[in-house]
Amino acid sequence: MNLIELKNLTLGYDNHIVLKSINMSIDDGDFICVVGPNGSGKSTLIKGILGLIKPISGKVIYNNLKQNFIGYMPQETLVDKNFPASVYEIVLSGTLNTLTKSFYTKKEKDLVLSNMKLLGIEKLKDKNFCDLSGGERQKVLLARSLCATSKLLILDEPSNNLDSKSKKDLYETVINLNKKNNITIIMITHDLDHDNLIGNKILSLREDEIFFGTTKEFVRRVHHE
Amino acid sequence: MSNIIEMFSYSFIIKAFIVGILISLCASLIGVSLVLRRNSMIGDGLSHVGFGAFAIASVLNFTPIYFALPIVILSSFLILRLNENSKLHGDSLIALLSSSSLAIGTFTVSITGVNTDINNYLFGSILSISNIDIIISIILSIFVISLYIFSYNKIFAITFDEKFAKSIGINTNLYNILFAVLCSIVVVLGMRLMGSLLISSLIIFPTLTSMMIYKKFKSVVISSIIISTISFIIGLISSYILNTPTGSTIVIINLLVFIIFKIVSNIKSIK
Repeated sequence: MNLIELKNLTLGYDNHIVLKSINMSIDDGDFICVVGPNGSGKSTLIKGILGLIKPISGKVIYNNLKQNFIGYMPQETLVDKNFPASVYEIVLSGTLNTLTKSFYTKKEKDLVLSNMKLLGIEKLKDKNFCDLSGGERQKVLLARSLCATSKLLILDEPSNNLDSKSKKDLYETVINLNKKNNITIIMITHDLDHDNLIGNKILSLREDEIFFGTTKEFVRRVHHE
Repeated sequence: MSNIIEMFSYSFIIKAFIVGILISLCASLIGVSLVLRRNSMIGDGLSHVGFGAFAIASVLNFTPIYFALPIVILSSFLILRLNENSKLHGDSLIALLSSSSLAIGTFTVSITGVNTDINNYLFGSILSISNIDIIISIILSIFVISLYIFSYNKIFAITFDEKFAKSIGINTNLYNILFAVLCSIVVVLGMRLMGSLLISSLIIFPTLTSMMIYKKFKSVVISSIIISTISFIIGLISSYILNTPTGSTIVIINLLVFIIFKIVSNIKSIK
C-alpha cells in the first residue's frame, strides 16, 4: 500500500523549474534515502511533499495520511545560540497538530514522555536545549517530529555536523523506528558514502537523470559506472 | 513616601502610569518573540518611522496617533516582506528606513518652523498622554495578553522553529503579520512616553535580561513581564522624585536590572 503518490509533479520557484515531472510512490514501511548534489532539488521535493510550496503542475496524493501529520525534521537552524527552551518544551511542540484546544492535555504529555523514552532521552527532559551535544539535540528534534506523526518521518540531513559515533547512534535509532515501529522514512543525506545509504530504497536526483529504486540496484549501478 | 502620594494626585501621572504599565507589559511579551528570532531591530526601525510620521502629522495638524499608526503598520509589513524575499539585507534595510524617516521628520518640521514638539517625539513626554492613548493601550493589552494565553504554544513553536511549525499546519504568516501589527501599535503608543529613540529598549531589555538567568521559554516570558513592569514603576517614580526625564530614567533602570542579572548569572556559572 502506498502512503504518498507523486504524479507528474513539477516543482520550482517563480517559474524557475527545479524538478520536472516526477512520478513515484512512497510505500508504507519504506526507508528512502534521497541523494544528489547541491541544488539538485532535494529540499524542494521535501517542501513539495510537505505542502510548503505549491506544485507548478502535477500533484501529491496522500493516502491515509494528512499533510500536516508528517513528522518533519528540518536542518537545525536555530538563530539564537542561547535560545531559552527546555527539551520538554521543544518535544511538546511536536504535538501541536493534534491539539484542538489551546492547552496541552495528559494525552499530549504522555505521548511526549513515551517518545522520549523510545529515543532514550527521557533523562534530558528538563535540560536546556542549548547545553546538549550535537547528537543529543538531533534526538530531541527527532522526538519532536515523532510526536507529530505515527506514519511518516522526513529527515533533512540529520547527520550533518555530527561526529561518526553520534551519527552511527542516530542512524541506529532511525533504523529501529523504521523496522520496529513501522514508520516510513524519507531521509536526505549529503554524501554518497555507503554508511549513509541505510534505507531500502534510493532516490537519486541528478540533472541528467533521476533514479528511484532499491539500494542494492543503485549500488550495482554506481559500481558499473 | 509623601512624595509618592503627592505624585499620584496629578492626573497626567496617573495617565502615564496606566499607559506605561500596559505598554511595558505588551512590549515585553512581543519582545520575547522578536528578540529570539533576531528581529528586535524591527522595533527600533519602526520607532524612527513613527518619529517621521508624528512630525509630519504635527505640521499638517492631524491627530498624530491616527496618522502615525497606519504609516507605522504599513512600514512593518514592508520590512517583513522585504525581509522574506529580497536582495537587501534585513538589517541594512531597517537602518535605511530609520535614517530616512528621521531625516524626513526633522526636515519637514524645520521647513515649517514648528519645532517645539521635536524633543518630545525624540525623548518622550509624560504630559502628552491623552485619553485616546489610554483606551487604545487597554484594548491592545487585552488583545496581546489573550493572544499569549491562548496561542502560547503556537508562539513558542514558531519562535523556536518556523519551518517545523509551518509543516505541522500552523499559519506562520498570520502570526508574523500579527506580531508586526502589534509591534507597530506598541511602538506608536510607547513613543509618546518613551520617545522614539528609547522605545525599542522596552521591547529588547526585558527578554535579554531574563535570558541571563532563565533557560526555559516559559520562565523567560514570565520574568520579562515582571522585569518590564517593575522597571517602569521604579523608573516613573524615580523620575518624579529626581526630576529627570521619564523615558531615560526607565531605560537606565532597565539597564541596571540587566547588569544585576548579568552579575548574578556570572556568579552562578563560577559556582
